[in-house]
Parts: sequence; structure tokens; C-alpha cells
Amino acid sequence: MFKIVRYSFQDLLRSRWSYVYFAFYLLLGFVMLFLNHDLAKGVITLMNVIIILVPLIATIFGVMYYYSSREFTALLLAQPIRRSRIFLGQYLGVAGSLSLSLVLGLGLPFVLYGLFRSPAIWDFVLLLVTGVFLNLIFTALAFLVALSNDNRIKGFGYAVLLWLFLAVVYDGIFLLSLILFEEYPLDSFALGATLLNPIDLSRTLILLKLDISALLGYTGAVFKAFFGTSLGMLVSLGVLGLWTAAPVAALVRKARHKDF
Amino acid sequence: MIEITNLHKRFGKNTVLSGVNLSLQEPGIHAVLGPNGSGKTTLIKSILGMVCPDQGSISIGGQPTGGQWLYRKDLGYLPQIAEFPGNLKVGELFRMIEDLRQQPAAPEPLVERFGLQPFLNKKLSTLSGGTRQKVNLVLTFMFEPPVYILDEPTTGLDPGALIALKELIRTRVGSGALFLITTHIMPLVEEMAQSVIYLLEGKVYFEGSLKTLYTLTGKTHVEPAIAAIAARHHV
Repeated sequence: MFKIVRYSFQDLLRSRWSYVYFAFYLLLGFVMLFLNHDLAKGVITLMNVIIILVPLIATIFGVMYYYSSREFTALLLAQPIRRSRIFLGQYLGVAGSLSLSLVLGLGLPFVLYGLFRSPAIWDFVLLLVTGVFLNLIFTALAFLVALSNDNRIKGFGYAVLLWLFLAVVYDGIFLLSLILFEEYPLDSFALGATLLNPIDLSRTLILLKLDISALLGYTGAVFKAFFGTSLGMLVSLGVLGLWTAAPVAALVRKARHKDF
Repeated sequence: MIEITNLHKRFGKNTVLSGVNLSLQEPGIHAVLGPNGSGKTTLIKSILGMVCPDQGSISIGGQPTGGQWLYRKDLGYLPQIAEFPGNLKVGELFRMIEDLRQQPAAPEPLVERFGLQPFLNKKLSTLSGGTRQKVNLVLTFMFEPPVYILDEPTTGLDPGALIALKELIRTRVGSGALFLITTHIMPLVEEMAQSVIYLLEGKVYFEGSLKTLYTLTGKTHVEPAIAAIAARHHV
């Protein structure tokens, strides 16, 4: 499998896109620091950008890579290689290269700005860990959608809709239901609703770490009251892990029964 | 060597294979004939494990292939449409497949035979259709598996390359390999095939040697003989 990861990774390093994303994150990091003049504030602003943009980029790139590497996949399928290895390998190649762009692109400006001498270092590390998780989750979801749709226009459409739902619509529905049912005890509902959306979960996780109650919002507050800060972080990291494992498992299952 | 029993496959409402039974034991060239959409490629892809059959079983060398993958090291497959990752170079592609297959490969004599030396450092996306097909052939023949599955091997080949391909096939048959070839080129079948499999609407209508085919139908060429078989079943 690692050979396939390596070949996918090499393939991506040759394509312009990895560098475009790297340059984008690099620019983003410098701009944020330039505007905030402060590492800790930079982390907060960056968080809001990352939890929306990283999923979008992973979704689009995942779908794009899957469709554009169909020939490569067809070639591999006729070789003595396990099917699950082929798809896991490609998935890890994509998610890995995206994560590398993210970590290097954002890490570089922050390190140059004196990250290692700053108390905000762990906040920043957590931000990157969350970003990597979002990459893993949304690349897997994108692969899953692409694998289920042979028509690439449809695949693109569904994948972007999925992102739109989790990044925007979900929060809207969630807030609406909080207002509609405000007379009822909503704590466990809010807790469940947060765990069921990786983007909300990432936001809560980072805010718990940053410990800014003003930004925590209702769900964050419920989360904190229910789990406490450290257990809350462990639980949310664990659930992010589950969020990664579930679509990857579905991907392997789907790949096993697909006709090419 | 290849044993197929009661193979069924449908894509949605479209039944492609309905109860294919085949047994290919002898080394040599077995030609799969049939009109477009008769299920030839699906049959081949089922053998390769790229298509998962709904029912029935396939075994190669006595081993069932369902859900397995290691048996593919005994197969050389030439796909109908040569599609490659575009930003690889020809030479890199050969090395990559050799590395992934973990088997000794000898691409050099084949590269020479098909005149591909000038293209080794060219990207695959810049190659013409015929050159791609030659690359495809080198990929298939650079290993020496006991079974070859060729889907329309002659597509886009110039006469020189076609002669080289025929020689190559004969040499490998001489060392005991089994070929399963789909083609629409009847002279090629008459010249080389040892047995013919005629597939129509997902069923095997005829399987046997060319001689049997001729005696059965009273014809002296494959084309009219096949037409006679098709007509007989449709009356």
C-alpha cells in the first residue's frame, strides 16, 4: 500500500495544485499575522477560516483527484494488488499532500513570527491537528461520494452540497431548532448535534483549548459544562477520530463491490 | 486453466452475462468473438476481478478467484482503451508497474521491437493512439505470466507493429502460455486461433476449434460460419 501512497503523492507533487494550496496557506498565515500583530489572536482568526476552508479544499481536491486518476486506478486494478490497498493508498496520498501543504504553509509564517517562544504554541498545534483531521475526514467523504457516482458532474455536485450542508446549512437548522424549542431542555440535543458535525466539533475543540468563553457559544458552553475542559477535548478528539474512521471504512466497503 | 461456471452479471436493468460456462484448458490462442455489447469485455473484466459477478464462479489454475487478488500475478491484461496517468513518462510507467507487481520484467527488448525508444522520456499524455497501444503492449508483455488476456489488441497498430505482436504471441504460445483474445478481425482469428468462443447476448453460442466450427456449419471461413450459428439460434 505504501507504494501506492508514494506514487499518488509523487503524482500530486508534480501537479500544480499542491503548490497552489501551499502558497495559499502561506499567504493566509502571513496576512493573518500581519493583521493581528499577535500570535494568539492570529490563531483565533485563523480558526474561523480553517474550519470552513480546509473542508472545502479537501472536498474539491478529493473529488478532482479521484476522477482524474481513474486511468491510474484502472491500471492498478488489473495488477496483483488488493483493491482496498489501491483506494486507501490513493486516499492517504491525497489527504497526506493536503495536510503537508496546510502544516507547512501555515507553520512557516508562525515559526518565523516566533512561535517557539510564544505561549500560544499548543493552541497553534491543536489548530493544525484539527486541520489535519478535517483534511482526512473531508477527503474520505469526497472519495466516497466520487466512488458512488461515475458521473463526475453529479459527483462534484453532491460533494459540494455535502460541504455546504455541514459547513453552513447544518448550523442554520441547528440554531433554528434551538429557537423553536427554547422551552425544552436542549442540552443533550445540542451536545449530540455538535458531535454529529465534524466542523462544529472542530470549532468547539479549538475554543475549549483557547478557553474563550465569549466565543464558545451555546453548544461550547454545554460541552464544557458536561465534560469539563480536558475531558471535553479528549472526547472531541476521539469523535473526530471516529469521523475519520467511518467514511474510510465505508470507502473500503464500497470499493470492494464496485465494477470498473 | 480457466474455468468459468454459470456466470451472471447485470448492470442495472441491462443483463450482460447470463449463464456463461467456459473451460479453457489447453495452452494456445482462444478467440472470443461476438458483436458489440455481447459481453466480451465484461467477461474479461470478470476474470480479472474488475467486475464482480452476480452469480457463478471463476477459477484459474484450480483456485477460485472471487475476492482474491494474488492470482492476478499470473495474468497479463491488455485493456481495450489504453489509458494512463498523463503526467508520467513512458519509462517511469514501466518502472512503476514493475515495482508494483514485484515480478521481474524485461521491457527493453519490447521497447526496441515496437520502436518506442524515442518516446521513453515523453509524457504519456502527449502520445498518439497507436503509440499508446504499443506502450500498452509492452506493459502486458514485459512480464511472462502463464495467462494473457488481450482486449482488442490490434486497435490502432501499424502493420509493422501488428507483425511484431503476432510473433510475440506465437513465441509465448510456444512456451506454453494461454491467450484469451477478443477481436473483430476475422483474418487474425483464422490465422492464429486454436479455438473460438462465440458470445451473443451474454451466452456462449459456440465453443470449439476452428475445424469443428467449419464442419458444423459447412463453411470455410470464420465470418460466414459465425453468421450461420447466430442465424440458427435466432430462427
